[in-house]
Amino acid sequence: MSEITKQSLSELVKNIKNKKISSEEITKAFVNRSKKSKGLNTYITEDYSSALDKAKKFDQNPNLDLKLPGIPIAVKDLFCTKDIRTTAGSKILNNFVPTYESTVTQNIWNEGAILLGKLNCDEFAMGSSNETSFFGNVQNPIDKNLVPGGSSGGSASAIAGQLTPITIGTDTGGSIRQPASFTGTVGLKPTYGSCSRYGIVAFASSLDQAGPMAQNVKDCALLQEVISSYDSKDSTSINFKRNEYSKELTNNIKGKKIGIPKEYRVDGMPKEIEDLWQKGINYIKDCGAEVIDISLPHTSYALPTYYIVAPAEASSNLARYDGVKYGFRAKGENLIDMYEKTRSEGFGAEVQRRIMIGTYVLSSGYYDAYYLKAQKVRKLIKNDFDEAYKKVDAILTPSTPSAAFKIGEKKDDPVSMYLNDIFTVPVNLAGLPGISIPAGHDSKGYPLGLQIIGKAFDEQNILNIAYAMEEKIDFKNKITDWWIK
Amino acid sequence: MSKNKSEYLISRKDNQYEVIIGLEVHAQVTSESKLFSTSSTKFGAEPNTQVSLVDAAFPGMLPVINEFCVKQAIKTGIGLNAKINKRSVFDRKNYFYADLPQGYQISQFKDPIVGEGNVILDMPDGQKEVGIERLHLEQDAGKSIHDLDPQNTFVDLNRSGVALMEIVSKPDLRSPEEVSVYIKKLRSIMRYLGTCDGNMQEGSLRADVNVSVRIKGSKDLGTRCEIKNVNSIKFMQMAIEYEANRQVDLIEEGNSIDQETRLFDTKKNETRSMRSKEDAHDYRYFPDPDLLPLEVSDEFINKLKSDIPELPDDKKKRFIDEFKLSPYEANILVSDIDTAKYFEEVVAKMGKNKDIKLAVNWITGELFAVLNSRNIEISQSPISAKNLAILINLIKNGTISGKIAKTVFELMMDGNKDPQKIVEEKGLKQQSDPKALEALIDKIINDNREKAVEYKQGKEKLFGFFVGQAMKASGGKANPQLINEILKKKL
Repeated sequence: MSEITKQSLSELVKNIKNKKISSEEITKAFVNRSKKSKGLNTYITEDYSSALDKAKKFDQNPNLDLKLPGIPIAVKDLFCTKDIRTTAGSKILNNFVPTYESTVTQNIWNEGAILLGKLNCDEFAMGSSNETSFFGNVQNPIDKNLVPGGSSGGSASAIAGQLTPITIGTDTGGSIRQPASFTGTVGLKPTYGSCSRYGIVAFASSLDQAGPMAQNVKDCALLQEVISSYDSKDSTSINFKRNEYSKELTNNIKGKKIGIPKEYRVDGMPKEIEDLWQKGINYIKDCGAEVIDISLPHTSYALPTYYIVAPAEASSNLARYDGVKYGFRAKGENLIDMYEKTRSEGFGAEVQRRIMIGTYVLSSGYYDAYYLKAQKVRKLIKNDFDEAYKKVDAILTPSTPSAAFKIGEKKDDPVSMYLNDIFTVPVNLAGLPGISIPAGHDSKGYPLGLQIIGKAFDEQNILNIAYAMEEKIDFKNKITDWWIK
Repeated sequence: MSKNKSEYLISRKDNQYEVIIGLEVHAQVTSESKLFSTSSTKFGAEPNTQVSLVDAAFPGMLPVINEFCVKQAIKTGIGLNAKINKRSVFDRKNYFYADLPQGYQISQFKDPIVGEGNVILDMPDGQKEVGIERLHLEQDAGKSIHDLDPQNTFVDLNRSGVALMEIVSKPDLRSPEEVSVYIKKLRSIMRYLGTCDGNMQEGSLRADVNVSVRIKGSKDLGTRCEIKNVNSIKFMQMAIEYEANRQVDLIEEGNSIDQETRLFDTKKNETRSMRSKEDAHDYRYFPDPDLLPLEVSDEFINKLKSDIPELPDDKKKRFIDEFKLSPYEANILVSDIDTAKYFEEVVAKMGKNKDIKLAVNWITGELFAVLNSRNIEISQSPISAKNLAILINLIKNGTISGKIAKTVFELMMDGNKDPQKIVEEKGLKQQSDPKALEALIDKIINDNREKAVEYKQGKEKLFGFFVGQAMKASGGKANPQLINEILKKKL
């Protein structure tokens, strides 16, 4: 048996079910590695001793019928966890301890998993490099001073660094897929309405979606099957037949039609990304699937549309952080003064920037020109996909226009930072599922990902395609443990 | 529609001004739980004891629509003869305030659940139709309490998230009197439907009043001012009167009216500026992404339609047709659902040989007087409808006289006693035996021979003397009609 923390979720589950290993042993291994990995700054809140207690308790009377029996899991700090501080990476929630549990995390605990701690992320999930977190930068295990991507940067780093066997993130414009791509891991953004938003700190309600992040496609499928559920507490949750994704997983994708959208060949795209995409197309063909050129004509409008819709919703969603009821409160002369100081001191620069953009685009006199127009374009983008799916079963694109960059490199250039999401944003606007799988390395040896976009509710299909490609690609993540002294 | 003859006009030197009024009524939906959460809506609980995580806007909390409140809004729309919109949208109205935990109110802006309708007012000189512009559902805010502490404001979130119906009228109202009748009619309709209890003291019904003035006969609307959150009919009338006169004075002095939001100071009986149009909030309305558009089917609406009880206008018509009541009487009886219920129960309990007129007189006379003097509602009446029906039947069948009935009525109030029993126990039964009464009258004529002679000689006034004597001799129980007949015969 290989080192515990190097095992995939599927292996760990198998070993625990065969009683080759106990929950306590697994939990100890991940706690110890997490303790040695403080240099990555992945955790905002650690819950190790409680995790070890729960593991011991699990071992006393193990229920091995569960899908995640005694498996320790660290989660993004955007999920509210009962009695465990939940910060959303923000100073304004620095001291916030929920009295309730998000549906997605509850689903995980219901299957026997144990909380290890809360993972770092961009403040309110606004960022593509994890540099906007109040709790500091997260290191990418791939290389020193490399960003892990964002906003689920802590989650991606924890998976790649083997601090947790599996994790969950949230994806509003690419926040699962981009960091997965930057860290050589697998990340799935499910169909909007697949995973409940109840108890997840909201960024942009019409785009936010929780999803699994894993070392491989099979683990990703298993976690998706655990977290996806219909929830009457979320009015946008959709009641559809959910597969047992891991059981129904197959690498047989013969005859599937995969679309290649010409609009994703953007100006200035590095040759290595172009090459990676071509490699992906070849793998698809090797698997017996058919490759078809398609057009998604409104792609170039996706990013500006996203940067109207998401900040608009955020500006309203974040209004509740006002110092009145919970969280950080600054002293003020009067109510207005208290609001201003609380929100100026409590929110970081990127969050403030997006609140201002959002407030502006919703303002009287600008609403029609920005918000309303963006909604119309959003509909056109969705129509593009609907048209394409008349001809193809799924779409293959690069996950990001480049590999991970250095910490600080783009921090002061928001537009160049926003461009990171150019391939992932249209998927959120259309409410579709998308998965990023590691597919190669750039010249510096940094991982690069490919994205497979599916039809709504067709997670099984893109998981199968990813599974088949994964086998052909045979990607190996180069983790040197450089941060462990 | 008949023309309103008693016009409400404001006169100055050479000009007469007409007052144009439109109301935005905020009616609290009668429901167990709030519009988007399961917390209780019960009035009068300890502060902050009826607050869920959703009401207090905790991170990650999401609104889920309360279907019952939707039904209540649609029923109200039906009661207002209004168009029910099968698709409506909840929007966010964004503004910061300490008693608004989300930082926005969930309301309906562009696509309300109920569209145009109307309400018929019964004015002294005829009926008047008032147009309804729309009805939409929205959340109430919490309550800021400023007077508990010199430095701090306290916030009570019990009301936060309670469902309100905002009912917007067209600018069809022309006088404080019409406003009063309109509010009462709206309240009456909603109480019939059980969709709002209309309790203004508890804040279940309040209104923003839009007032403008114009020279009589002019077709253009003047600039309006909105008087916010007035919570009694009397204050609405006072506020309109003050505000209309203020606007007329401004115009007469050659000034223009500024469109603004004003507050009514109930102590000083005046309105004063709260904020001008320039300072108006930019609410940044946009569709709430946490909620899908609200869609209701024809089937859903039709089911509610079939559940609608008889409403005041129909009931009034039926009372006039079925019971031959005057429109005035019918109006009094139908305006409050409990009065109508009480009346109908009295009618039912009177049985076959009923005297509707007598029932109306007793309810609107004696009973209303008691309720008024005790300041109680008819639902708390000390005399049940059943016992009042028995009393009326006792009068109708000659068991007791109307005068004795008043005595019985007084006695009934103590513990809702059965009038039949009171009559028996106190021996109040009317003497209607002609033989006994003849003997009694013979004796009186005998005892007063001189007066009898005077009467026969033409002093007809003395007839009353003999009636009085006979009633006195019978202890008030003699049947007055029989006494009259016998006396006429014997004298």
